[in-house]
Amino acid sequence: MNWGSFYAVISGVNRHSTGIGRVWLSVIFIFRILVLVVAAESVWGDEKSGFTCNTQQPGCNSVCYDQFFPISHIRLWALQLILVSTPALLVAMHVAHRRHIDKKILKRAGRSSPKELENIKNQKFQITGALWWTYMISIIFRIIFEVAFLYIFYLIYPDFKMVRLVKCDSFPCPNTVDCFVSRPTEKTIFTVFMLAVSAVCVLLNLAEVVYLIGRACKRSFRSPEDESKLPWISQRLSTYKQNEINQLIADHSLKSKFTVTKKSPAERGERCSAF
Amino acid sequence: MSWPALYTQLVGANRHATSLGKIWLSVLFIFRVMVLVVAAESVWGDEQSDFTCNTLQPGCENVCYDQFFPVSHIRLWCLQLVFVSTPTLLVAMYVAYRNHRDKRKLLQVSGFLSAKGQDEELETLKKRRLPIAGALWWTYACSLVFRLLFEAGFMYALYVVYDGFQMPRLVQCDQWPCPNLVDCFISRPTEKTIFTVFMATTSSICMVLNVAELVYLVIKAFTRKSRGGEDISCLTNKNINTSCVFNYMRLMLRSF
Repeated sequence: MNWGSFYAVISGVNRHSTGIGRVWLSVIFIFRILVLVVAAESVWGDEKSGFTCNTQQPGCNSVCYDQFFPISHIRLWALQLILVSTPALLVAMHVAHRRHIDKKILKRAGRSSPKELENIKNQKFQITGALWWTYMISIIFRIIFEVAFLYIFYLIYPDFKMVRLVKCDSFPCPNTVDCFVSRPTEKTIFTVFMLAVSAVCVLLNLAEVVYLIGRACKRSFRSPEDESKLPWISQRLSTYKQNEINQLIADHSLKSKFTVTKKSPAERGERCSAF
Repeated sequence: MSWPALYTQLVGANRHATSLGKIWLSVLFIFRVMVLVVAAESVWGDEQSDFTCNTLQPGCENVCYDQFFPVSHIRLWCLQLVFVSTPTLLVAMYVAYRNHRDKRKLLQVSGFLSAKGQDEELETLKKRRLPIAGALWWTYACSLVFRLLFEAGFMYALYVVYDGFQMPRLVQCDQWPCPNLVDCFISRPTEKTIFTVFMATTSSICMVLNVAELVYLVIKAFTRKSRGGEDISCLTNKNINTSCVFNYMRLMLRSF
């Protein structure tokens, strides 16, 4: 499991997203994951081997590195990206659940041909009803995770700028020792870049929330007696019932053309009584 | 998620590009991304470990390296390639939006068709290649302008940060904690200069291709204006067939 397979899993959710959701997904993959993999990981690659302290005391290097870098930026960003992308799977699960129900209804209605099942798989659901709420919750979780990680970043590394020199006096370092960080300027540049893109993603998510709320309000004001306000499953059942009735009518009209139907006893009785 | 994934995205988006655009994509991926991954990254691989200063003072090498190399060439090129590839996705997004809109219109208009006929029409809609006209022309032109800006911007940044495209063999550094002025030696300076010049050249070639594509688009727009609209004279004939009607429908959809 690596970023490539993660990408395959998450981009499947793309079909049921809004336009802003798709833009957000592209920003995540191109400006965050791709930049992380091709550029940022090599900048932080030698962060421990290039961390030099002005002492020959064994162990001082390791201890000071551990004190000033409890968790590396790269690991924080990887965790942030995984957690931020995962709420989209909530939506995927809901869509899968709906498809499952659809299949069951079709099977009960006796129309489970492979073509109909294919149609269900390729069907695109409208973001209404319960799916709207799931989508909204997933966006809110995304925003919460992004902001939480930005805050954690601020707590661990209060300044977004990477310092060149840190002064360390943990045991076993003798007195206070100067330790030098490798590539601090390059690390600052990438930290600022990743934080900027993170802020852009938060803005996109907020815009998507506003858009969804606007769309829902427009839908409820436009047609108060619209059928689409019913729960999704009632709509499905009524569609299939209607289709069944139509099918029965079609079958009956064909039958009456070509076959002699046996009259029911009630009918015969009525006729007899008429005479 | 890496260069191959970006390549797949761009190739899909490139369907609606001109021939110059397709040449640009090949130059980008063969002469820049591939050379970066296969050759340049190994040249710059030991840039910090082999950066040696004439002192035993701990920390002096780190500090001097940081002063003379605020951003590595490799990272600048990676960012440049990512930013330069992105405007193509603007065009892809617009095409997707158009397809979605046209699909809805088609479903409204072609109610008289059978389900099979509708499916066929939807397939042609998906597979068609939009002519670069109208709003698509503007989107494409904007994406070209952005590409040029990003290329030029990154080239300029590289030139300013490293004072030219040549890598010196020796830099002199007197940052604390280095005692006095210290000589520091850069690893593989000639090889780095060769690759820097190569990447700058391919970047300029890409800029020239983008400018040529922009000029071509402008010329095409002018010739299209002077030539006039499309000829749907089949509608005036007595024998109007279904393909003529569909062409008319498509023309109407395009003009919205």
